[in-house]
Amino acid sequence: MRLVGFLLIAIVLALAVFAAARGVGNAYVFYAGYVILQYVVIATAWNILGGYTGYVNFGSSAFFAMGAYSTVVMVELELPIPLPIMVVVGGIVSGIVGLGMGYLTLRLRGVFFAIATLALAIVLETIIVNWDFVGGGRGTYIIRPRSVPLFEDYVQYLFAIMLGLAVIALTTARTIERSTLGYGFATIRDDELAAEASGVPTLRLKLIATTLSGAFMGMAGAPFPYYISYMQPASAFALDYGVNAIAMPMIGGTTSWVGPLIGALLLATLQQLATVMMSGVVNLLIVGVLLIVFVIAAPDGIVGLARKIIARWRT
Amino acid sequence: MFSELLINAIVAGILLGGFYVAVTIGLSISFGILDVVNIAHPGFVILGAYIAYIIHSQFGVDPILAAAIMLPVFYALGAAVYQTYFVSFEGRGQSAQTALRGLAFFFGLLFVTEVALILIFGVDYRFVSAPYIGPTFELGVLDLPARLVVPCVVSLLLFAVLQLYLSRTFTGRAIMAVAQDALALRLMGADPTRIKRTAFAISIATASIAGALLIVIQPIEPSAGRVFIGRVFAICVLGGMGSLPGTVIAAMLLGIAESLTATFGGPSWAPAVSFGFLLVTLAIRPTGLLGR
Amino acid sequence: MTSLLAVDNLSKRFGGFVALDGVSLAVNAGERVGLIGPNGSGKSTLVNCISGATQNESGTVYFNGRRVDGLKAHQRTRLGLARTFQLPRPFVSVSLAENLKIPLLYAVNARPGQHFKGAALEERCEELLSLVGLADKASRRPSELTQIEMRKLELARAMATEPKLLIADEAMAGLSHSEVAEIVDLLLRLNSEQGITIVMIEHIMSAVMRFSQRLIVFVSGRKIADGMPEEVVRNPEVESAYLGQ
Repeated sequence: MRLVGFLLIAIVLALAVFAAARGVGNAYVFYAGYVILQYVVIATAWNILGGYTGYVNFGSSAFFAMGAYSTVVMVELELPIPLPIMVVVGGIVSGIVGLGMGYLTLRLRGVFFAIATLALAIVLETIIVNWDFVGGGRGTYIIRPRSVPLFEDYVQYLFAIMLGLAVIALTTARTIERSTLGYGFATIRDDELAAEASGVPTLRLKLIATTLSGAFMGMAGAPFPYYISYMQPASAFALDYGVNAIAMPMIGGTTSWVGPLIGALLLATLQQLATVMMSGVVNLLIVGVLLIVFVIAAPDGIVGLARKIIARWRT
Repeated sequence: MFSELLINAIVAGILLGGFYVAVTIGLSISFGILDVVNIAHPGFVILGAYIAYIIHSQFGVDPILAAAIMLPVFYALGAAVYQTYFVSFEGRGQSAQTALRGLAFFFGLLFVTEVALILIFGVDYRFVSAPYIGPTFELGVLDLPARLVVPCVVSLLLFAVLQLYLSRTFTGRAIMAVAQDALALRLMGADPTRIKRTAFAISIATASIAGALLIVIQPIEPSAGRVFIGRVFAICVLGGMGSLPGTVIAAMLLGIAESLTATFGGPSWAPAVSFGFLLVTLAIRPTGLLGR
Repeated sequence: MTSLLAVDNLSKRFGGFVALDGVSLAVNAGERVGLIGPNGSGKSTLVNCISGATQNESGTVYFNGRRVDGLKAHQRTRLGLARTFQLPRPFVSVSLAENLKIPLLYAVNARPGQHFKGAALEERCEELLSLVGLADKASRRPSELTQIEMRKLELARAMATEPKLLIADEAMAGLSHSEVAEIVDLLLRLNSEQGITIVMIEHIMSAVMRFSQRLIVFVSGRKIADGMPEEVVRNPEVESAYLGQ
């Protein structure tokens, strides 16, 4: 299916989702839906780097938080910037962070990149905690505007923005997959040495992947301060993001754009239910255990399992 | 007096660095020698700390002694983890995909350990008491807190024991060899997988001791492992992968750097120090100080 | 006449081990050169340094009049320098045809001139696969191939980069008599029909003697002989060092 066709269908589906959410008549749908869509973006973003090129990012929370805090900075500076622009800025900031970190660590083995991302998350959190302008460790209030154009209330507006981001992220991932860039990424994952010998500029492609991945995570984080209203480092840098960013694509399936979507929808919904019915911590335990189980038993994720079942059904 | 402050910061750094040896030495074995990226190692250390805490508070046993008693349990745990890892990943052949999954596996373990500890113990700080936590030796201008000295000494003893084991015993030398030439090892009649499993089990056993030393030095809470991730990998890489003496030198350097930063810059910048070490080492000399 | 490949005083160490010790050699356009030597003599290190998989410590490598040491591997491939790997390294998550798409997209298309796209791209992949006799397996994955088929794929992938110089690193190890002959024929055809300069690194003496116009011998990181194959094999130093005491 060509790009335009896919995009149209995705937009139509998104509109349908929004209409359905409004139809339910319960504001909670938008609150929970925002989180689920946020994870769709994060999982898709992680997969562009982790699934396509094979370079694992343990510190997704850092990129998410950079997007969130770039919004906080703009709010504290009292800049009259509409939220969609803040999303773009968040993306640019996180993209630059991704580029910088990639430049420092991507020449080395994938292992060291992974460790560096984890250390990065911890260091960035330390810096933010020490930065009083954005509230430091105590945090700061982000007040939602009283009125919002086009939408009934602010949460619906946030939901719509995240819905739009999800469409863009999924479309981007799918387009990359089928493009020359996607082939390049796949060779990096399969055999970097052979890729270089075949003319693939591996470092450049890895930097592109890191930047794109970081940018989308930053964009997912940019509206977060308005969603949560009280912005603390602990909220943005929560390990939840780091683990979910990995678990959702790995459980969904890393080889296609569909995997992170399925993984995010399933796991995020599961976690919303678990948080309501049990405690917030138990749902994290579930995610962690599921990650371990899937990585051991079903390494190709749900998409992989589905493919096997379909193949067997055909014969 | 500035010079007093400086000297005490350096000495504290050396003591701390000595302790870091205990925390890192397990990773030097699993990551440095076996090339298993056990990112969950700090999690096992915290687990060791909590177990030492339980035994201490239930039975009044000295925490370090408690850790020694638990050594066989941690050894068995390490063997079980390695077996799972081997069957699921390394044994299935090396490829970028299996490397990614192996990493995700250990990350999952790290995460599950932390969350499980939160569920069981809550997020409050836990601490132990012992005759050597509290007193401070005074040597001229030097202040030597016993709760830093004892772990440092135990840690360096642990290093000495392991270094002897790896260089003098058959299994120990086989462990050093298996990293370089598994085939030759097989020809000598040793099973590489069993050797690696033994080595990994030892690495987790060290986490038990390291955990006890940690809770002697400071109160713990479940997410305490996180700040150690950067530290242990920084020390491992700076020391040179697979070199235990290198680990000691690197640990001391990091300890001193952190201590100086905390004293003159503020304690909340400590994580940045290890990250800085790691980045600089990877950029300038990836093989580390004594790397092979 | 300037040679296509000129290696001058190349050295490379790994820790304390000297893999290459001041190696100099030249390959002229259109030549068929054989490179032999015992295991550990530095042949693979030489290939890696020439192709850019490793960076040499001292000395220079000139390719087609351009200095290439210091360049990344993909840049050297784009300049027309191709190599195969001793142990085949196919891209396992894509089909055979797609394995060939990659060098076309990234090496050939990166050069000025004709760009392969769409149908032309698919056709070219088929063409290359036919050259090595793998056209009927175009949509299969590398995991389904036999040893010799993997080596043919390896060669096809190198050929896809449209090289001026191809270094075949032990492309025939572990193959049967007839399979070896097949590969040698293929390489001879590449050289005569497409004018590709070929350096063959091999242990199989029959193949080397049949193929080479010139023979170079490596021992312990040094070149000890370089000349006509018949003369080189009669060189006493070569005999004792390599062909068996």
